[in-house]
Amino acid sequence: MSSDNMIELAQVRKSYFIGHPNEFEVLHGIDLHIRRGEFIAIVGASGSGKSTLMNIIGVLDRPTSGSYSLDGVAIETLHDRELSRIRNHKIGFIFQNFNLIARSTAIHNVELPMLYAGLSRHERHERAKELMAMVEMTDRARHQPNELSGGQKQRVAIARAMANDPAILLADEPTGNLDTATERMVMDVFHRLHEEQGKTIVLITHSPDLAKETDRVVTLRDGQIIEDRKGVGHA
Amino acid sequence: MNLWENVHLAISSLMANKMRALLTMLGIIIGIGSVIGILTVGDSLSGSISDDIQSLGARNVAVTIQARESDISRAPAFVQALRNGGNAAADKDLITTDMLANLKAAFPGSIEAVSLTETVGIGEVRDGQRYANLTLTGVNADFTVANELTILGGHFLTAEETESFKKVAVVSDKLVDNLFGKQNPLGQTIDVVIEGIADRYTIVGIYEYEESSLNPSMEADADINTSVYIPLNTALHRTGSAGYQSLTLVTTSNTDAVAFAPTVEAFFKFYYDKNPDYVVRAFSLESMADTINDVLGTITIAISLIAAISLLVGGIGVMNIMLVSITERTREIGTRKALGAPNSSIRIQFIVESMIICLIGGAIGIVLGLVLGSVGAYFLESPARASIGNISLAVGFSMAIGIFFGYYPANKAAKLDPIEALRYE
Ligand SMILES: Nc1ncnc2c1ncn2[C@@H]1O[C@H](COP(=O)(O)OP(=O)(O)OP(=O)(O)O)[C@@H](O)[C@H]1O
Ligand SMILES: [Mg+2]
Repeated sequence: MSSDNMIELAQVRKSYFIGHPNEFEVLHGIDLHIRRGEFIAIVGASGSGKSTLMNIIGVLDRPTSGSYSLDGVAIETLHDRELSRIRNHKIGFIFQNFNLIARSTAIHNVELPMLYAGLSRHERHERAKELMAMVEMTDRARHQPNELSGGQKQRVAIARAMANDPAILLADEPTGNLDTATERMVMDVFHRLHEEQGKTIVLITHSPDLAKETDRVVTLRDGQIIEDRKGVGHA
Repeated sequence: MNLWENVHLAISSLMANKMRALLTMLGIIIGIGSVIGILTVGDSLSGSISDDIQSLGARNVAVTIQARESDISRAPAFVQALRNGGNAAADKDLITTDMLANLKAAFPGSIEAVSLTETVGIGEVRDGQRYANLTLTGVNADFTVANELTILGGHFLTAEETESFKKVAVVSDKLVDNLFGKQNPLGQTIDVVIEGIADRYTIVGIYEYEESSLNPSMEADADINTSVYIPLNTALHRTGSAGYQSLTLVTTSNTDAVAFAPTVEAFFKFYYDKNPDYVVRAFSLESMADTINDVLGTITIAISLIAAISLLVGGIGVMNIMLVSITERTREIGTRKALGAPNSSIRIQFIVESMIICLIGGAIGIVLGLVLGSVGAYFLESPARASIGNISLAVGFSMAIGIFFGYYPANKAAKLDPIEALRYE
């Protein structure tokens, strides 16, 4: 195992309704290594297990069996409290439906992960302002989520994911609810974070064109990896 | 995540649903309001009783003879007095001047004054249409030490007058109002009729009649019976009594009146041990006040506890709304967890929210309770007293309800599976 790997999944299985008569396995022994600083796309039909895999990578969920080591740490041995810390410090989630906290301003949403990290009010605010500038949302900082367009919401969500400067960004169909122009804008932000800041990025998408822009495209079918090839990369 | 952030979060979440928050608080408002209202009325009642005792003399020890066979031997003095009225004590049973002289000699540092009274009886003064009810009482000079009287005109009986057999009297302003109207009563005479026998007294002083919570008057103003004070010897001469059924000792300021009362009883044992019919009892006014306040306090607490049941209902309402709120915000909880919120943070967030609901409700309830309590006290004609203790108790109680009824929903939120929560539609 080279320390070059950010994520190492070995024979990861995930089953639902364990012990029930209708128990079924969604992931059938996934082996997947993702290098530090790699931008990887996961594609596959609906229901193939992409989100399930993503949740395991993001330590929101635990595999039913198999091993997972993240940045050299074996996840199986950790308690919930430690998983929270890992999510807070190492991982930035970006969702298809944004999941911004309603009734909180955009900048407050960005501050949230830093709040859980225990940063001071001042530190949070300064960092949040920087992040809002990075996604070009400075002028909307005081807006509530329901006052923002889809693209604007997703940019706030990206800023929020970046709050504690995580090593890994996990994006589950981040452009699924956006038009092509906005999609382009969001993808450009990812490329920038990848190239300029060396983030490891895992992108789930249904768009073959977007997938091709990454370093590597992994295809899932029925809970198994059926293809793993190089991407074309970003122009 | 610090407390202030949580408070901020809770308030903004309540502001988003103002009507719902208010309705939820209603149970707490009514509960805290009624408890505070009842406690305020209770406090103001017991407070004015204490004040009355204080003005009657907290340092006073009432000494009275009491029939032996009675099974009410430990009943309060006023019950004794009623009882003794029935079978009059013989001269040999009365407390004599000799005994009192010995008592004073035995406790020179403890007794400041001995207020002796001899009640001649209940009677009236009639002057054409005008009349006044009165109780004719002979007093000695120490009477004013044991009792606080406000003299409005003339003077109270002097030491020289109380030792004499003069027919002078100090009357109440009520009696003056009833008999003389606007006329100056000083120097005027009144014919006091008791059991058909009339006696003429010259008015030398007027005192202010005060109604107290201990002897509230139910009669119309014209019928109120007030005391007319005359020299002790004049009274004794009229009754022919050889001693006293009761008297009041005023203890010195460095004597504990409550502890001194049994000492006095023990002293009189020497004289009454061989008396087959009577013993002497001594009560400090303070211990009497304590007894009354204890009873009142118990009643107040009992009623408050009944009112507190509405707090329980209020608390359940809070719990219900918290459960609703958590269901509505399932996705938010999932998101927070994905962003790295530990379970403890989620738990605290919702407990603080429930505490804030209860605290705001409690604060409104306290204000409401104080208003209700003041109105109640006003109708009971005793000054309203807002007690800091009760208010802090109410604040503490509101917080406790918030924590108690918020814990279950908050814990439920904390334990939500993040994936399930994020998938929640
Ligand atoms: N909590 C759950 N309980 C039971 N089955 C589940 C649960 N979560 C997911 N599944 C099942 O697991 C399978 C994979 O779901 P998953 O969400 O990973 O698919 P996906 O590849 O992300 O699909 P999509 O592209 O539509 O988002 C599906 O068949 C789904 O029904
Ligand atoms: Mg999915």
